[in-house]
Amino acid sequence: MSEVDIKSYSLNFGPQHPAAHGVLRLVIELDGEMIERCDPHIGLLHRGTEKLIEHKTYMQAVPYFDRLDYVCPMNQEHAFVLAAEKLIGCKIPERAQYMRVLWCEIGRIANHLMNTMAHGMDVGALTPILWGFEEREKLMCFYERVCGARLHAAYFRVGGVHQDMPAGLAEDIMEWTETFPKVLDDLETLIVGNRIFKQRNVDIGIVSAEEAIAWGFTGPMLRGSGVAWDLRKSQPYDAYDKMDFDIPVGKNGDCYDRFVLRFYEMRESLKIIRQAIQQMPEGPVMTEDGKVAPPKRGDMKRSMEALIHHFKLYTEGFHVPAGEVYAAVEAPKGEFAVYLIGDGTNKPYRCKIRAPAFVHLQAMDFMATGHMLADVPALIGSQDIVFGEVDR
Amino acid sequence: MAFYPNAEMTAAFVARLEALMTEGALGLTGVSVAHGEITATVEPGRIADLLVALKDDPALLLDQLVDVCGVDYPERESRFDVVYHLLSMRKNERLRVKLAIGEDVAVPSVVDVFPTAGWFEREVWDMFGVFFDGNPDLRRILTDYGFEGHPLRKDFPLTGYVELRYDEEQKRVVYEPVKLTQEFRRFDFLSPWEGAKYILPGDEKAGAPAAPPAKN
Repeated sequence: MSEVDIKSYSLNFGPQHPAAHGVLRLVIELDGEMIERCDPHIGLLHRGTEKLIEHKTYMQAVPYFDRLDYVCPMNQEHAFVLAAEKLIGCKIPERAQYMRVLWCEIGRIANHLMNTMAHGMDVGALTPILWGFEEREKLMCFYERVCGARLHAAYFRVGGVHQDMPAGLAEDIMEWTETFPKVLDDLETLIVGNRIFKQRNVDIGIVSAEEAIAWGFTGPMLRGSGVAWDLRKSQPYDAYDKMDFDIPVGKNGDCYDRFVLRFYEMRESLKIIRQAIQQMPEGPVMTEDGKVAPPKRGDMKRSMEALIHHFKLYTEGFHVPAGEVYAAVEAPKGEFAVYLIGDGTNKPYRCKIRAPAFVHLQAMDFMATGHMLADVPALIGSQDIVFGEVDR
Repeated sequence: MAFYPNAEMTAAFVARLEALMTEGALGLTGVSVAHGEITATVEPGRIADLLVALKDDPALLLDQLVDVCGVDYPERESRFDVVYHLLSMRKNERLRVKLAIGEDVAVPSVVDVFPTAGWFEREVWDMFGVFFDGNPDLRRILTDYGFEGHPLRKDFPLTGYVELRYDEEQKRVVYEPVKLTQEFRRFDFLSPWEGAKYILPGDEKAGAPAAPPAKN
């Protein structure tokens, strides 16, 4: 038999592909099954969020953040309200700080459940996603009970959170934190030690600590490579400095480490949720400053000033002093940040959204080159990409 | 390690940056602190040299480029700001580096210093039309294939210029100029008494010089 001459060819992966986690289009140049170059084409979900925010008041801008990373909406809002509060110089009540920590951690578990289970499904494990979604559904119900929406919460506001938790919700969340570890254990026995899953993930997409820093990795992508860096610990915001939790760190920087790390992070988040509920003080959940926070319904019936404040807040909105700030939070996917420039009016002059997945996806070419085509779903899965925030 | 907004570390950073500025070799033109955040300004041509120096300086160790973005100020002569956000994990401190650039001048690319700058620069090019000299792959990134214009410029309308739909006769997607079925509504709730930049109706003559007295 004569020698076969294999010609390299290019392949379109997506934008309609079940493992592409949305509308990712990868143009892959292949030599046989070996990837020589991997060029992600993004922007198919670009909605011009930053442009739209420039035309909206600060309060109207909050819901746009739910629609960025729609898997954990409240974590996104957190960065924006922190930035606006920094510019205004507004102090928020202690109860609101604990509420934000509580709901951010619930968002983190919701995100990690979605990501790890979908990662499993991408490489052939169908059962975990069904079990995982059952738990995620319960978290969505908690979301609904606190803010009325299952996904697009618009719950964090400049000055605090929109409203207090209804009676009984804290107890139900506590009860859920008792039952959830059992589900995590079951999921672990299903997938973490699974031979097929390991074959598809161990030693795939190895990133060293130096490479991870150079490529701008944050969050689990960075910690998977062994760098113990977490903004909740090193640059704490709201009540995170009062929480006792650990930061899991990976060893090899491969897809498997990043996957297992997210499991550990869910257990740490559970710890934080329990502490937040136990330590949460009584009190208001919104600042008393009438220029930023809307007045109570009851006050509006009696006080003319409250009525004027309400009218002004919901038409003109509040004014934010001129200046620029950069506020970053540890979102489940990494460092999510808002660079906000105010010009003294009621609308942001510029609001740049720094999305972690955008940076991670950039490294796709560097991570995939030299791997087989079949490793691409594992790589995408471990990068934890959601197109809402990549394309903005 | 101390938590991030740390006055001591900020002061140490500012002192080091001011020392670098007086040396004058890196094109630094100013250092300031606001809201606990350090901002440095730099001459546009020197950005790549500066970032190398900041990365290697043992007192700063700013080894991660977190973000690059553009800002448009149409009334200025050099209308764009390009803003770099740097992070030092070992010192737990952040730094913002800004440069101002005109419409038809190129900024040196920093891809060789930080590989992560590649897509950020592509985004600034796409959104603002700032050209980066030395970026090996300066294509559009977020907008459509064949898009024209730079959407985040302040003179680009919110609605854009083209809309697209599927044409049943041609069996393909066609691009057409934007047709608004109702007039574009700009909700301006800015109070006329504080901050509005337009002249109030009836107030047109308020700022004008007084008319000469009628002669007769």
